[in-house]
Amino acid sequence: MPPQPHILMCPPDFYGIHYEINPWMDMSRQAEHAVAVEQWNALHAHIRAAGARVSLLEPVPGLPDLVFTANAAMIYRQQALVSRFRHRQRQGEEPYNRRWFSENGFEVVDVAENFSFEGAGDALFCGDTLYAGYRMRSDAAGHQEIGRMIGCRVIPVELVDARYYHLDTCFCPLAEGEAIWFPAAFDQYGQRAIREHVGQSLRDCRFRVRRGGRDYMEPLIEAEQAEAERFACNAVVVGRRVITNTGCDRLHAALAERGYEPIATPLDEFVKAGGSAKCLTLRLDGEEAASWRSH
Amino acid sequence: MTSQSLTSSEGMPSDFAFTEEVEISGHIIDSLILPKVLDSITAGGGRFRIANVTIGQSRHDPSYAVIEVSTPSEALMEKILAQIADHGAVPTTKQDCRRALADMDGAFPEGFYSTTNQRTEIRLNGHWIEVTDQEMDCGVVVEEASGRVRRGGREIETRRDSSTWVVRCIPMIDVKRGMSIVTGHAGVRVFPVERVAVRSDFTFMSSGVSTEKPKGALVREIARDLVTNRRGGGKTLVVGGPAIVHTGSGPALCQLIRGGYVDKLFAGNALATHDIEQALFGTSLGVHLADASVAETGHEHHLRAINRIRRCGSIRGAVEQGVLTSGIMYECVKHNVDFLLAGSIRDDGPLPEVITDVLDAQRQMRAAIRDVTFCLMIATMLHSVAVGNLLPAWVKVVCIDINPSTVIKLSDRGSFQTVGLVTDVEPFLRALVQEVQELEKAP
Repeated sequence: MPPQPHILMCPPDFYGIHYEINPWMDMSRQAEHAVAVEQWNALHAHIRAAGARVSLLEPVPGLPDLVFTANAAMIYRQQALVSRFRHRQRQGEEPYNRRWFSENGFEVVDVAENFSFEGAGDALFCGDTLYAGYRMRSDAAGHQEIGRMIGCRVIPVELVDARYYHLDTCFCPLAEGEAIWFPAAFDQYGQRAIREHVGQSLRDCRFRVRRGGRDYMEPLIEAEQAEAERFACNAVVVGRRVITNTGCDRLHAALAERGYEPIATPLDEFVKAGGSAKCLTLRLDGEEAASWRSH
Repeated sequence: MTSQSLTSSEGMPSDFAFTEEVEISGHIIDSLILPKVLDSITAGGGRFRIANVTIGQSRHDPSYAVIEVSTPSEALMEKILAQIADHGAVPTTKQDCRRALADMDGAFPEGFYSTTNQRTEIRLNGHWIEVTDQEMDCGVVVEEASGRVRRGGREIETRRDSSTWVVRCIPMIDVKRGMSIVTGHAGVRVFPVERVAVRSDFTFMSSGVSTEKPKGALVREIARDLVTNRRGGGKTLVVGGPAIVHTGSGPALCQLIRGGYVDKLFAGNALATHDIEQALFGTSLGVHLADASVAETGHEHHLRAINRIRRCGSIRGAVEQGVLTSGIMYECVKHNVDFLLAGSIRDDGPLPEVITDVLDAQRQMRAAIRDVTFCLMIATMLHSVAVGNLLPAWVKVVCIDINPSTVIKLSDRGSFQTVGLVTDVEPFLRALVQEVQELEKAP
């Protein structure tokens, strides 16, 4: 019996667009604070309803992006590989993240100083492999270092579209051999690496589609551009429930067809800062798709 | 683990004059990072040569590649290096060396840097530091030393108030748990022997092994080197096999020893045994050296010789007691030539000085070769290869053997500095002594 899903969130008390470090952010287009609080509360309720326990990181004035807990660290068993942010504007979050993990029973692990690394925003397990986005916020060599530290296979994939600056904005593992993705966010090599490795080691991949009387294994669900821009790939997965921003109907239909339970909840105020459901959460007991969680 | 070599083109034309070595590690095959880096180099107008690649065997094993990037201009090099750095490919010379602590005695951590016999430097805190005790097939240990440290087989004093790095080659067997061992290729640079000043009078022979070479000219060059080495205060090591005695060239070697041309002698039990047999009974392996006739019960002579020396306690003892009065070993004792006899499994006796623990023999040889500047290897495959492995690349080595495969084998083991001469030992040593005498006559 796997442990109860456990998720870290940070209330949006001090959330706002205070700087511009990605193409979504525009200081002239502020988030409406009351609406943001309402949207965050709704997401929190959906996660609780899906059966997860939620822990809260205390908000800090002057750190508007602390709300995006996905970037606090990458979790591997009881280790929190804490982030080292690329942008000065977010580096102030680091001591608060470290403190929370060390006070809550995690071993705080640092990646080498000369690398940027933005936690679960750029490092997602699918099966026994860690998929790692690089160039925008995290460094490829740093990901390889992490692979050596925890002894797992790392597939660094280059992110080529600034709007999808973190891996979790364009790639979302659902289960050990299944993922949602937006291919145009990756270069040719990254697309090939993802196609070649996601789900390919699983004989019992559940994604099968029937074409011309034959079953085909289809481990990857491709998000359309319009839905990718609504952060369709930035989904919170709890069991078979998949929670995303609204406006991702085609993805939801595909998920439903494959036996998932998609849930739409409005998160537009956070999209203004370049984040959505997944960015607002950090899975503390291992993502559903991480094989180390169940083994 | 497997290794392979790959180039982007047949050789590198000379207009690609700028070369930089980069390394990349991790799951570079599965993630297509390696082909991507190689494609970036060629698309950017550069060329590559994969100098070394190690492919992980299982899904979880990382792979590792060292790539030599070449470009026609420095500007293009900078551009390409910046591009591939994003994918994790880093110039090996622009970072400090990586180190890992030895987790057990007698073995390196995985991924250790394996040394060559060429002059090597490693980068620590931005400074390049020369590796001492250079030897191939070792690791590199970094010690932060204050006070007394071991270097080159002996203890030296360092200033107590400053911390100094001591960086040296260390054989696997001498690794102690907790030692800081260099891993990977980053922050390590190697200077091929061509870039160390090579004297012009020796370079013409650097064409490897051939039976077709004009032997007279080669012997003259070797004689000149022997004389120059002695005059310059260098140390000459002779590594010899028993064929020196069997072929009757013992007296020639004795002449060189008496002339002060030999500082050290490395051999096995056999050379010393047959030399002493010859001194005591006039035979070598029971054969009279004077007329090649077989002595009656001559097969016992070598055993009786060993026995007599053992009864004296040592070769030196036998000389001092007046039992041994001629021959190579006698001359060594008389002329203070350090001799080191390393044993092997088929030895009779052995003679008292023979070191029967091979690791101990290796250690003693390692300590004894540190000041050697010239080495003559004569008619012994086993000892030549052993010494060739220990010597740094800049020590000149001349290997003389009737069997070309001995000389080739030595070259194949990476002793690039070896000059080979395929010839019978006796005429070689006779000619060498003559040439040395000619040179001595000259002012």
